[in-house]
Amino acid sequence: MRLATSSEINKAPTTMENIMKTKLISMVVACATAVLSASSVSAQDTGSFVLDRIKERGVINVGHRESSIPFSYIGPDGSPIGYSLDLCMEIIDQIKETVEVSDLEVNYVPVTGQTRIPLMANGTIDLECGSTTNNLTRSQQVDYLAVTFITGTKLAVRADAGINEIEDMAGMTIAVAQGTTNERAVNRVSEEASLGLRVMSVKDMSQGWLALETGRADAFATDSVLLFGLRSKAKSPNDFEVVGRFLSYDPYGIMVPRNDSTFRLIGNTVLANLMRSGEAQEIYNKWFAPGPTNINMPLSDTLSTAFEIQALPE
Amino acid sequence: MQYNWDWGILIEAPYLGWIFSGLYWTIVVSIAAWIIAFTIGSIVGVARTSSNGVVRGVATVYVEMFRNIPLLVQMFLWYFILPEVVPEAFGAWLKRGMPLPEMWTAVFCLGTYTGARVAEQVRSGINSISMGQRHAALAVGLRPNQVYQHVLLPVAYRIIIPPLTSDFLGIFKNSSLGLTIGLLELTAQTRQVSEYTFQSFEAFAAATALYVSITFIVMKIMAVVERRTAIPGLISLEDK
Repeated sequence: MRLATSSEINKAPTTMENIMKTKLISMVVACATAVLSASSVSAQDTGSFVLDRIKERGVINVGHRESSIPFSYIGPDGSPIGYSLDLCMEIIDQIKETVEVSDLEVNYVPVTGQTRIPLMANGTIDLECGSTTNNLTRSQQVDYLAVTFITGTKLAVRADAGINEIEDMAGMTIAVAQGTTNERAVNRVSEEASLGLRVMSVKDMSQGWLALETGRADAFATDSVLLFGLRSKAKSPNDFEVVGRFLSYDPYGIMVPRNDSTFRLIGNTVLANLMRSGEAQEIYNKWFAPGPTNINMPLSDTLSTAFEIQALPE
Repeated sequence: MQYNWDWGILIEAPYLGWIFSGLYWTIVVSIAAWIIAFTIGSIVGVARTSSNGVVRGVATVYVEMFRNIPLLVQMFLWYFILPEVVPEAFGAWLKRGMPLPEMWTAVFCLGTYTGARVAEQVRSGINSISMGQRHAALAVGLRPNQVYQHVLLPVAYRIIIPPLTSDFLGIFKNSSLGLTIGLLELTAQTRQVSEYTFQSFEAFAAATALYVSITFIVMKIMAVVERRTAIPGLISLEDK
């Protein structure tokens, strides 16, 4: 009973954001948010609730991954580093200027494939700098900044396994990380082509790779760029191959809270400036060509075009 | 909170089916693991009170080992490390040959872990009975195994029903760790639903309600067991 009521009321913040100024509605919203112990919707100083809460706390909470090489991972000194984080740093500098808090503290929050969306939706993190595919279902809960990388699902297999495409794997075991777009892509292809794959769900990428290395799975499916990253860190990289066509289209984006176009605009402005000036390409080269883990993936034509298209004029 | 609520997904196909399949595996794994745990726990618990020092030592090592390693680590050891250290053919069978490797690994891991806890309950149950009973039983000519069978264990099991209930509940909750080795039980399926729909809060609310229902039913059953098996006057149970 209570849950049903609060669910109805709680549609208010999203659908009525703009007419919320009347006292009555803001009271209802306050009640609803109190019931659900959320902490958004305060005085609208900057016209952005995210900026407001960053200003109020003096802290920006940045979500990062722990093994998304080289996008967002734990570096040798124990702090998160990577391509996505470098891009985020540029955005955070701009946020610092906008909220006029010079000693803005950056608080890193580790997230996983399962936790990133709920933590963004409930306001724990203000910015997610990882390797998150921008898709339309997810956009019902979060917003994305410009596309910063383009990849798709591929398979990592043992070099001597004789697997070239997913169709060669009928009846075999394939590992996928829980809660990823790769899981869906593999399930879809398996059903469409009636391959009868045994889909083994693993907790994260390192466990997926372990399943492949120990022979528990015949293949590990994830974004091809991540597979190259994992392979580059394997004990004997030459024993493994990344094979097959792209089973899905995965454009990555930095994730921001939904329904805050002011905040999103700051992020997209920074990214457009970087792409226009060529700094985005420099940051890309720093991490990918050849990059600290020797991943060696020069800027692809597709991504280069994406950068050009998204370099919107001032 | 910027969130679009939609409780409807919980009764939509295929999500409803996923949640029920998760519930099914949670119950199957927990009950299978409980059978192992109860068997091991009874044997090891009795061994812990044995007069033979070697038997006692082995039982103590078992309990300390399984009780003191975090369950999550044990899951990982059974699943990823064990197949690598055993002979290759057996390892290959563990990885590929046996049916439902994730499920049986989880059952075995939960069973051996909870078994150590049950053993401690059994031991303390036996030790709580005064030495006089043991001595009297031996004096009337019962052999040591008969002393356990007819005198000590019938009382000890009745005494430890409440703490055993906690361990039985614990096994249902701990079964959720099976998801780290790819067992698609209730929590894993809930995550799956939340990942496909991004309605995490609704999915986890449903899982919470289901876990609470399971534990509530288990508690009720154990209360009935406790009442049915009570021997008036033997030990003070209910009617204080």
